[in-house]
Amino acid sequence: MHPALQGLMTIIVGVGGCVAYFYFSNQFLDRVLFPARGPNAGRNINRANIVRPWLFLFPALLALGLYLAYPVFETLRLSLTDRDAGGAFVGLDNYRQMAAEPKFWEALKNNFLWLLIVPAASTAFGLLAAQLTDRISWGNIAKSLIFMPMAISFVGAAVIWKLVYDTRPADQDQIGVLNAVWMMFDGGIGSIVMLKIVPALFVLALAAAFGWMARILVAGAMVARTNPAGAVATSPQGAVASGTPSSRRVLRWIVGGVCALLALWLLWSALGIVTASPPYGEPQTWLTLPFWNSILLMVVLIWIQTGFAMVILSAALRGIPEETIEAAILDGASPLQIFFKIKVPQIMGTVVVVWTTITIVVLKVFDIVFAMTNGQWETQVLANYMFDKLFRANDWGVGSASAMVIMLLVTPILVWNVYSVRKEMR
Amino acid sequence: MGSIAGTRSGLVWITHLSVLFLVLLWIFPTVGLLVSSFRTADQISTSGWWRSLAPSEQTQTVRTGEPSVQRLENGTYVIDGDFFEGADATVSSFGITSRDVNAFDAGETATLRDGSTITIGADGTYRMESAEEFDGRRGQRLFVTAETPPEFTTGNYGDMLFSDRSANMGKAFLNTLTVTIPATIIPILVAAFAAYALAWMEFPGRALLVALVVALLVVPLQLALIPLLKFHNAIDIGKGYLGVWMAHTGFGMPLAIYLLRNYMVGLPRDVIENARVDGATEFQIFTKIVLPLSFPALASFAIFQFLWTWNDLLVAKVFLIDATGETTVMTNQIVELMGTRGGNWEILATAAFVSIAVPLLVFFAMQKYLVRGLLAGSVK
Repeated sequence: MHPALQGLMTIIVGVGGCVAYFYFSNQFLDRVLFPARGPNAGRNINRANIVRPWLFLFPALLALGLYLAYPVFETLRLSLTDRDAGGAFVGLDNYRQMAAEPKFWEALKNNFLWLLIVPAASTAFGLLAAQLTDRISWGNIAKSLIFMPMAISFVGAAVIWKLVYDTRPADQDQIGVLNAVWMMFDGGIGSIVMLKIVPALFVLALAAAFGWMARILVAGAMVARTNPAGAVATSPQGAVASGTPSSRRVLRWIVGGVCALLALWLLWSALGIVTASPPYGEPQTWLTLPFWNSILLMVVLIWIQTGFAMVILSAALRGIPEETIEAAILDGASPLQIFFKIKVPQIMGTVVVVWTTITIVVLKVFDIVFAMTNGQWETQVLANYMFDKLFRANDWGVGSASAMVIMLLVTPILVWNVYSVRKEMR
Repeated sequence: MGSIAGTRSGLVWITHLSVLFLVLLWIFPTVGLLVSSFRTADQISTSGWWRSLAPSEQTQTVRTGEPSVQRLENGTYVIDGDFFEGADATVSSFGITSRDVNAFDAGETATLRDGSTITIGADGTYRMESAEEFDGRRGQRLFVTAETPPEFTTGNYGDMLFSDRSANMGKAFLNTLTVTIPATIIPILVAAFAAYALAWMEFPGRALLVALVVALLVVPLQLALIPLLKFHNAIDIGKGYLGVWMAHTGFGMPLAIYLLRNYMVGLPRDVIENARVDGATEFQIFTKIVLPLSFPALASFAIFQFLWTWNDLLVAKVFLIDATGETTVMTNQIVELMGTRGGNWEILATAAFVSIAVPLLVFFAMQKYLVRGLLAGSVK
């Protein structure tokens, strides 16, 4: 049978089967099992209503359980066994073997880089685009064009960007935009301004932003410490009672510390940018330059995800009560102040949502790396490493172990999501 | 809000310009690929696509007419003709050896090694004269530098879709469709029933189930690959369409339930309570009231699932594509082309655009629902 016909059949059988299941199971429940008549009519109706939700839920729960919940546990089991030894339990051997592989650490390092850069850049660009497009008449057209990459597959995007990064020998015309732009720099004044001073200033500004955030966070943590401590200094139980603020204080310290470290690292790289001597006039094979190739792969995902961030953040920006902005204008706030001090704090919740959603996408990123470099030249990421292990090396143990690492990285977000949904439902 | 924030005209201009810059930056890569897919292999590999939009000056190798077309005019053997066959090109210079391709300006007369002379006009017409008869089988090779107007071809698409040489894209297109449509329709129905139960029916454990769905929303599907492949082998499905349909149904389920439940919870309580009071069964309420009212949410999810299954590579690679390669999908085909014909941009660009075109159409036609779905689907 032709697959397309088979597909049509499946649609009919699948949809018909679903409808038939729901219809007949309800009929069975109401007519045969607990008929709403006779001496026990009332009791039967109640019983039927207890069973019915599960009839509605059963197929979905089966799919969820079989295709998502069960694999988590099965993968955990596989990661603790050895396929070659007939599935014998080997404890943490697979994890140990994985930890001994440099390629795994490379993947982990790259994944952290992706986690750091992609959500931040996408959210920042998204916020910028949302704020700007909301103020102009053709904003909706602009939005749909920026949003468009969302519809393009990762593989399609990989082809698109591979053309951008394409390299030709120096004596030919460059057909990749990046190299064409690169060849315009010749080491003169323009190159120094564009490739050294401007990027260095940008990195310094970023460093300043992180330093500022670190200062605020740490200062907040200090205040949080001195206040409750001063208030309850006399009662030893007080420290226990103020559990939440203290955990929050720890969080502030941690995040503040990370920000401070980032600021220092950025300062260091600004120095690197100024002192580096780039190879002007030579076309670069961008995807084989370690570190930069990872960044260039990230650009692809940022390009795709910015539209998503923009759409969500733009809705949030529109939801801000106008009175708050009017009040700020009356008080003489500048547009920048309005944006950073009035608008951004009010949409902070949405920013977090966007950030975490993109984080999850980043953790699963596979197609882009698979299609563009397949993890060569130090661009490996966890999802591709896992695919490599599972289907090329046929090593289910280590493959499952690396899948568990991805799961572990997702878990905080999972817990946080469940926590906020439960809070919302109450 | 632009109207109330004391906007100064300078600021407005900056805003317009920055948005324009951002938009151009964002569509530039895609436009590059689109334009490339309408150029010949030769054009793509000799000049950047951004040059193709303006008239370009290129040096081409051309040949005069073969000696067999020569004729005798007043004792001189003549071959004449037009290098560009009436196309709109302007010759600036030409050369007779590859060492100096710009030796002569248009209109000048060059003397060839065998004593014959050739004149090339700015419009591409040439006239080669010789006192002796031209011999040999092929025409004289020359180098012409000419400015040609932008030139595009749809030949790549014809080759890609209808000729056999073309890396199976036509078949892959049908296969992708075969994967996508059932994998979009079936989960909607299953999820809609579950979402209704979670939104409007009272039973113990409901909150727990919602939490479970939210938790499964973020579980990476990478974890499911091996256990499910084992499972599919155990129940004798192996790799094939049935397996990939089931996998997509399972993986799309959390988002489907979550989206639809969020939407259904917001439906007016009165309508549903009244129907209950009037004696409608839950099944009737669902099919006659809730399902029609939930159309926007159903559409949102359908678009998501369609885009996701159409664009998917990983699930197809693991659950569908077997060693024979008969069931390949477009994303996989493109990745293989990138590996085997990485330099053939006319093939790659066209293949990519064949696969991108359908999602883009869906995207622009149904953007409203997509945005609505995104807003409802991100966990708050």
